[in-house]
This record gives sequence, C-alpha cells and structure tokens, in this order.
Amino acid sequence: MHRGKGMKFVGDSRVPSKEFRKPNIPKDYSEYPGKTEAFWPNFLLKEWMIGSVFLIGYLLLTVAHPSPLEGQADPTDTAYIPLPDWYFLFLYQLLKYEFASGPFNVVGAIIIPGLAFGALMLAPFLDRGPERRPSKRPLPTGFMLLAIASIVFLTWESVANHDWEAAARQGEITEEVEIDTADPGYEIYSAAACISCHGDNLEGAVGPSLIGTGLSAEEIAEIAVNGIEAGGVQSMPPSWDGSEEDLQVMTEFIAGLEAE
Amino acid sequence: MLNKLYDWVDERLDITPIWRDIADHEVPEHVNPAHHFSAFVYCFGGLTFFITVIQILSGMFLTMYYVPDIENAWQSVYYLQNEVAFGEIVRGMHHWGASLVVVMIFLHTLRVFFTGSYKKPRELNWVVGVMLFGVILGLSFTGYLLPWDMKALFATKVGIEIAASVPVIGETIKILLAGDSTILGAQTLTRFFAIHVFFLPAALLGLLAAHFIMIRRQGISGPL
Repeated sequence: MHRGKGMKFVGDSRVPSKEFRKPNIPKDYSEYPGKTEAFWPNFLLKEWMIGSVFLIGYLLLTVAHPSPLEGQADPTDTAYIPLPDWYFLFLYQLLKYEFASGPFNVVGAIIIPGLAFGALMLAPFLDRGPERRPSKRPLPTGFMLLAIASIVFLTWESVANHDWEAAARQGEITEEVEIDTADPGYEIYSAAACISCHGDNLEGAVGPSLIGTGLSAEEIAEIAVNGIEAGGVQSMPPSWDGSEEDLQVMTEFIAGLEAE
Repeated sequence: MLNKLYDWVDERLDITPIWRDIADHEVPEHVNPAHHFSAFVYCFGGLTFFITVIQILSGMFLTMYYVPDIENAWQSVYYLQNEVAFGEIVRGMHHWGASLVVVMIFLHTLRVFFTGSYKKPRELNWVVGVMLFGVILGLSFTGYLLPWDMKALFATKVGIEIAASVPVIGETIKILLAGDSTILGAQTLTRFFAIHVFFLPAALLGLLAAHFIMIRRQGISGPL
C-alpha cells in the first residue's frame, strides 16, 4: 500500500515520487482459468459490435414508432381515465383488487410493494448461504419466480382490462380552427340543435368535433337529418328540423372546415 | 506526438494507475459471449449503462427546447416533435430509451440474482444496484409528467395520490412533490423538472460511480 502515511511526495504536491508509482504490469488473473481476454482493447472492440446491433434496433424502433403526444393537459377534464406508463401498470392493477383498495389501499399501495422492494434490497442478507446455483437455493429462486409471474400476470390483466380505443380517443390533440361566427352557415348552426352537442366552436362536447371530418356536405346533411345508428345503438338522434336551403348552407360550411 | 503528450501529463499527474484501474483487466471466459453465447446475459448491465448515456445525451438536447412551465411545456414539446430538425428522433430516443433502460436494468437484476452474484463479498454492490433501480424508476415517473399532456397529468395525479397514502408522512411527501396539498399544476411541473433534471441524475451518477468502483475492486463473480 503506497497511499497514506509514509508516502513520499515530490515537493509540496500530492504526486508520488517515482519509486512509489504503481508499476505498469497488468494484474494476474490466474483466479479464472480459461480463455481470458484483455478488456482494453480486445474485449471492448467486440463489445461495441453488440452495442451497435442494439443501437440499430433502438433507432429502428424510434423511427417506426414516433413518441406519442396527447392533447395539452386539461385538469378540468374529469372524465379522463388515467393510465401510467407500461412498467408501472402492475402496481396500478394491484390497487384495483378488493383486498388492496378502498380501506385496504395501504396494503396495495405501500405494504406489498414495500415488502417486495425491501426484500429485493436485502436479498444478500436474507440469502446468506454459500450456494450460488438457483437450483441449490430453492427459496430465493421460488420467491423471485413468483414475483416475476405476478408482475407478468398483473400487467397482462391491466392491459386486457383497459379500453385502448377510448384511451386513444380521449387523448387526441383537438384541432383548433378559427371559426368565422359571422358566416351564415355558423348562424344556422348556432340556432339549431347541433350546437348543444357539438359545441360553440364545433370543437365537440357530447358529440364529436365537426372540424376536419373528411365528409362531404351531402354526407353531413344525411347525418343531420337521420342521425347515426350503428348496431342498434342510436349514437346521434335525428336532429335537423329546419329548411332544405338552410341545411345546405350549414353543411357546406361544416364540410369546409379543415384542420390546420 | 500523442505518446509525448501522454507522457508529459503522466509525468506530472501519474495518470497511468487511474487508467489501469479503469480499463486494464482481463475479461474471464465465462462472461465473454465470444466464447459462450449464453454469456450474453452478462451484457445487460453494460447495455443499461449504454442507454443511460444515451438518455443523458438526448436529455441534454431536449432541454435546449423544453420549457418547464404549464403554458409552454406542451407547446415546446409539440414544436420539438413537429418542427425542430431531428427533434422527433431525439425525443423518440429519450422516450423509448426510458422503456428500454427499465427492461435492461430488470434483466440485469435478474441475471445477478439468479447467478447468486450478490453473495459475499458483493452485498454492498447489490444494495447500491437496487438503489439505482429505484432512481431509474423515479426518473421514469418524473419524466412522464414533463410533456404536460393529458396522460402525463392524470398518471401523475394517480402516482401522487399513491404517495399520499403512505401512513404518517404521506401528506408531506405529496406537498414535497406537488408543491401544494391540493393543486397539481405549475409548481408540480417545475418541481418534477428539477427532480428529473438535477436531483435524480446527480444521485444516479453518484451511485453509478460507487457501482463501478466496487466492481473494479472486487472483479466480476466467478463461474457458477
């Protein structure tokens, strides 16, 4: 040991004099018999290939799936069904079971995750035997396999029970378009029943947004008169009770609204 | 030329031992995928570090555009995503990297666990590793809020409610994270930004240094 007391320094600096420098001789690795390899540069030159293959996959993922961005946060939207990122789903799912929610919330939120994380952290002090093979230490192996199985099961349940279509819809970025409220089409729209469901700026409320629907004026007129019925469910009632002329002016106005 | 420069620095600072400590060691056969293909399981730790480096670099570039403020946060992310050259790629790498790093650190943990590598004398390194796992999850949680879109806000709301359900100190944790006992808003966003960009990365780098110093001291665990 060259450090600490007895160290001879060059002048006032902390640089040790030559005789105390570590010799440039690689350490002896006879502890591991077999084909050892120098980390630098031999092993690292092979390792970067694994890194490159990984990086290519990573970049392909990035290019193929642009990262999602939902509409700007609106704390007043109380109907939003929240969902954490996928790696927290199992914890979130745990809170939906009766024994871990409501009055027992503390069980699902704190006790179970706390015990699991605590056990993981203290694993070396709980599993003190000299055996290293998983088959020779059945309890740690068993608990870990159980934990992995629970995580997989809970994540699966969470994904299966989530309404992904509703989630995609509720998160959509709502297009904002300048609505010309002086347009005769808008005047008809605001005087009719439409405005009560589709909003003051046609941005949608109970009904969907009417901006950038991609429908022609005739198709919109058809919906306004007959409503929408699919699979026996009347998602929009027949709403139009005005004149043909007004209907045409209004539907042309709506069909002309394009998202920016 | 380079050798002369190296010698000049080495003569004054004696950097050779530092350099040797970091890079000069033999890689034993049982962890080398070139000898045993199944040894690829020993790559997960290195890949975790690799993604961590990518996360730090991409994150640094993201902060050149991001504004941690409820009026502009979403706008700045939208701009970054749709207008900035390669913004979509940089944000994409940070987004997917966040998922990949969790996968890799999980696999690395499992490798160390099932090979029993946490046993004496490596107990402390395991504890530091589990703390690193916690820090990575903390980074994921705080980073999720930053785009300030719908799912970010409501997922964070749920997360903070869970933190608030901790007995006795729950309310304090909630106020510490959200900046207010009831509102989740401007204050929360700036706090999460600070935690995500300064506090947790500082903890991460410190723990990583400890993790690496310990593995250099003890070497990798022997074959099973």
